[in-house]
Amino acid sequence: MLNISNRKWRELKQQIGFMTVRLAALIIFIILGILLYFIFSRGIKVISWDFLTKMPEKGMTAGGIFPAILGSFYLTMGAILFALPLGILAAIYMTEYATQGKIIRIIRIGISNLASVPSIVFGLFGLALFVNYLKFGVSILSGSLTLGIMILPVIIRASEEALLLVPHGFREASLALGATKWQTIYKIVLPNAIGGIITGAILGVGRVAGETAPILFTAATFYIRKLPDSVFSEVMALPYHIYALMTEGSHPKEQKAIAYGASLVLIIMVLGINLLAILIRNYYRRKKKW
Amino acid sequence: MVSSIGGANLRMEVKNLNFYYGRSLALKNINMGIENNKVTAVIGPSGCGKSTFIRILNRMNDIIIGTRVEGEILLDEQNIYDPRVDVVEIRRKIGMVFQKSNPFPKSIFDNIAYGLRINGISNKTEIIDRVEMSLKNSALWDEVKDRLDDNAFELSGGQQQRLCIARALAIEPEVILFDEPCSALDPISTAKIEELINQLKEKYTIAIVTHNMQQAARISDYTGFFLLGELIEFDKTEKIFTNPSQKQTEDYITGRFG
Repeated sequence: MLNISNRKWRELKQQIGFMTVRLAALIIFIILGILLYFIFSRGIKVISWDFLTKMPEKGMTAGGIFPAILGSFYLTMGAILFALPLGILAAIYMTEYATQGKIIRIIRIGISNLASVPSIVFGLFGLALFVNYLKFGVSILSGSLTLGIMILPVIIRASEEALLLVPHGFREASLALGATKWQTIYKIVLPNAIGGIITGAILGVGRVAGETAPILFTAATFYIRKLPDSVFSEVMALPYHIYALMTEGSHPKEQKAIAYGASLVLIIMVLGINLLAILIRNYYRRKKKW
Repeated sequence: MVSSIGGANLRMEVKNLNFYYGRSLALKNINMGIENNKVTAVIGPSGCGKSTFIRILNRMNDIIIGTRVEGEILLDEQNIYDPRVDVVEIRRKIGMVFQKSNPFPKSIFDNIAYGLRINGISNKTEIIDRVEMSLKNSALWDEVKDRLDDNAFELSGGQQQRLCIARALAIEPEVILFDEPCSALDPISTAKIEELINQLKEKYTIAIVTHNMQQAARISDYTGFFLLGELIEFDKTEKIFTNPSQKQTEDYITGRFG
């Protein structure tokens, strides 16, 4: 027998449950809002055209942050140029070619673990391998490669997921027409997975664009007098610039203001990258018919 | 063992076939002939191995890990499982239409042109001609000739399946395998495909899996009845449906099980 009080109690439990999840979502939204407000309100004061396009002046206490913006851009582009092709190819190997067995399982575990290596360890590794052993020096090249290795797991994972989403029927249809496995992959599977791959890759890039530790020993420098002219040049980079402004120098007040300005620029850059990923994903979703 | 029909003009021949998924034996000692320019149907209840069987005929099961084939499958006297044989070439010669229509997410035109291009045909006029011819041969041309650039997914289910047939025809196979091609289609679309299969056998050798016994009776010349991985009976369709020699076949076609 049902009784009314039991029904009310269930109703109440449901209300409490919904309230709790709603609250959790709201808290996250508020945290993000406060963070953005905090950075925005402090950073906006120093933002100007000159701030974005000029070199720093007077020992970092005035002038712009252009070399840091440019440096972050170079490092991120370098990382993606290196990691995207390598990651896609590795993912193709693992989902399309390799016999699914022990070895592939070990590789997968390895990749997952690579993703959880602390970023400072990547930095040290980059210093040992690229800077010292391969003699690339503290440079855009060393920093890009280090960042690239760091986003590889993200790109591989995103690529694998995108490849597995391509319906099996497409592969069978292609093979049944006398296509080779390779033709099937690059003419049928890859074009249908590329949207997901790019989206995942860009989200990964957004993540590393703000990383400090991997470039600390491999690419970044506190100050450069002229803009980098080759991949072997040292660069300034936004995250490291912020760090340096807050920990070194003798004019904490002026430096702090610039640090907030640089933070705002960095956050806008990362959000911009994420927005790009969303736009690309929407574009491919609209195109997708299956 | 009831096997091939004596003295027939065989295009394909299955000899002592055993098929394994891992360690489990899915098909047991199958012997069967597929006659030239005829329709050979394979019927049986779900899980009897009929789809597995037809996918063996163009080595589609090669892509499933852990499968193994014993025995011989001959196409024009050559064993298609011979290690020296190029599997890609075999699949070009033995086309396949799948249960679920699976056009590529490309235009109608490109769906058919794809098979031509990957097989090395690059001459534009030749591709255009062949696309038109395949669409005519699959009775789809009149419905799509003004919209060849439309995405294939905009076609109805029945049209998509005929597009898949056109796609298979374009590369001029010798044999076409149909794996329950009408199972997801309405009766009108089904009738069109059956009519089409009937026309196609003038030029091609056809094997079709169907769970629909009436369909097998309507369109095939020979019928094989599978049960639990064994070929119970294989004979002229007329004989199977009017006077089967095995008790199990009779039980199945009269609807006593399955």
